[in-house]
Amino acid sequence: MTAAPARRDPARRVPNRRRSLGEWYADPFRRPRVLAATTWIYIAWSIVPVLVAIRISFNAGRSRSSFQGWSLRWWTGDPAAALRDPQLLTAMRNSLWLGVLTMIVATPLGVALAIGLVRWRGYGRRPANVMMLVPLVTPELVMGSSLYLVFTTLLTAVELGRGAQLLGHVTFTISYVVVIVRGRLLTIGRDFEDAAHDLGATPIQALRTVLLPLLGPAIFASLMIVFATSIDDFVISAFLQGDASSETVPVKIYAGARRAPTPALNALATAMMLITFTAIVFAMVLPRALRRGRPDDGGSAVEDFAALDL
Amino acid sequence: MPGVLWLVALFLVPAYAVVALAAGGQDPVFGDATAEWRPWRWQFTTIGDALAGMMPGGDQWGPMGRTLAYVAIALAACFVIGYPVAYYVARYGGRRRGLLLALLLAPFWISYLMRMLAWVNLLQVDGYVNDLIDVMPGLGRVAWLDGRWTTVVMGLVYGYVPFLILPLYASLDRIDGRLLEASRDLGVGPVRTFVHVTMPLSRQGMLAAGVITALPMFGDYYTQNLLSASPRTSMIGNQIEFYLRQGSGNQYGSALVLVLSALLAVLMGYYLWSTDRAAKEVR
Repeated sequence: MTAAPARRDPARRVPNRRRSLGEWYADPFRRPRVLAATTWIYIAWSIVPVLVAIRISFNAGRSRSSFQGWSLRWWTGDPAAALRDPQLLTAMRNSLWLGVLTMIVATPLGVALAIGLVRWRGYGRRPANVMMLVPLVTPELVMGSSLYLVFTTLLTAVELGRGAQLLGHVTFTISYVVVIVRGRLLTIGRDFEDAAHDLGATPIQALRTVLLPLLGPAIFASLMIVFATSIDDFVISAFLQGDASSETVPVKIYAGARRAPTPALNALATAMMLITFTAIVFAMVLPRALRRGRPDDGGSAVEDFAALDL
Repeated sequence: MPGVLWLVALFLVPAYAVVALAAGGQDPVFGDATAEWRPWRWQFTTIGDALAGMMPGGDQWGPMGRTLAYVAIALAACFVIGYPVAYYVARYGGRRRGLLLALLLAPFWISYLMRMLAWVNLLQVDGYVNDLIDVMPGLGRVAWLDGRWTTVVMGLVYGYVPFLILPLYASLDRIDGRLLEASRDLGVGPVRTFVHVTMPLSRQGMLAAGVITALPMFGDYYTQNLLSASPRTSMIGNQIEFYLRQGSGNQYGSALVLVLSALLAVLMGYYLWSTDRAAKEVR
């Protein structure tokens, strides 16, 4: 290992002496260039296609494969543009409503479930905790098809469509809430609540004045993540979809990806992506910003979501 | 905490009812085309048919065998790509770790459909990928989206590699760097250090990450449909989707779901068992 000290101490380095491959290989302090290159190539590979798709949404021509100059034609200009075509608008409205409703229903359920699971002593605790993870690892196809069968054979009162989609989305997003909130609960511990009890608070008071504020950031993060997951979900929405009136954006993308003649679909996908990203950024930034007072307002859609809960 | 417990019971029961329905939803449809609620009246012929069909030689073997092959190849490719990335970020992330993790997380928040749409754009006959290939001499434009299994497998890898990298990263991150230094100090080369120290220590993480990546691949039908849509590359998920949503084969379709879930339950069970064990070690 003669190479190692030589490399760390330039003064002792013999000029013009190139290290042999073997020495370079044996040097434990060499920089991991191959690994670094792999990582950055991977990251480029994972993100560049999406950037290309976004750029195509600003295409001036009809082509979805080659770029012919910048324009907003497929966002607002053309009659078939993302923000003008009635079908695409319906899909967007459906997705947003589904996301918001899922968020409102699944988050409180998940929080209560998480508190219950953490406080649950005695038999059945571990199986129940494991059970909560099952929806996370179940392939969506299995979940979607079984929910589809439930709603078409057992619970026929629920018609396929928005209602069934909402129930399905709540079912698979609750687990995310539970996992996030439970993790936070375990780090908080019981001490604060016990102190509240010692000071004469009833369990409900302790929950409201101590535990829920402490859980605030986790709950907020859950809200945003549920919203983002619900908006991005395709399989369950597709299986539980009734007629065209309950199509969501991912369903629309799926149906049109191969057939759609224009980049309007790219614009639609980009719009939804922006909304998801805003939600996620909010989930990370807002709890911090709130401490300093009212945060700046972001996109118009996100304003509404934030206002719904804060 | 009686109040909270009561609250929880009230929420727990319906939540569990939903979960139980979701999990047990296939069962009722065993018997006739209409649901049969009495388990002692169940007939298992359709399930038997589905099971036999998915075995080699059966009429579902084509899609099933392809599914197994695609998932195996895609999973191997995921490891080849994902392991170095996870290793690099865990060991050498340094100051850029936050940025790297954010970039690795980004695909999670881009809709899967959006990511596939991007490839549909790129892989058109006059798309950018073919533009690149065209530059090289001797290679013509390729109709990538015309039922090529390579495209489907590439799509699966592209879609699911993030699911592999993150758990793998978490497990590699927990490895004590001093163990690797100790190995190097004892004069062991980098390859042997990797094989004898890093690999065994990350085996749990590799298995868990492999399972969590393979599970959704088995249930995938949309990637195949978007990137190929040819019966030559159809997967078992396509069959299920076809029988349930497009045809009137509810019964056969649900039997296929059941058999597939039974196969996957082994993988899921393993994953849940290993996370449960990991959670116990932490406490």
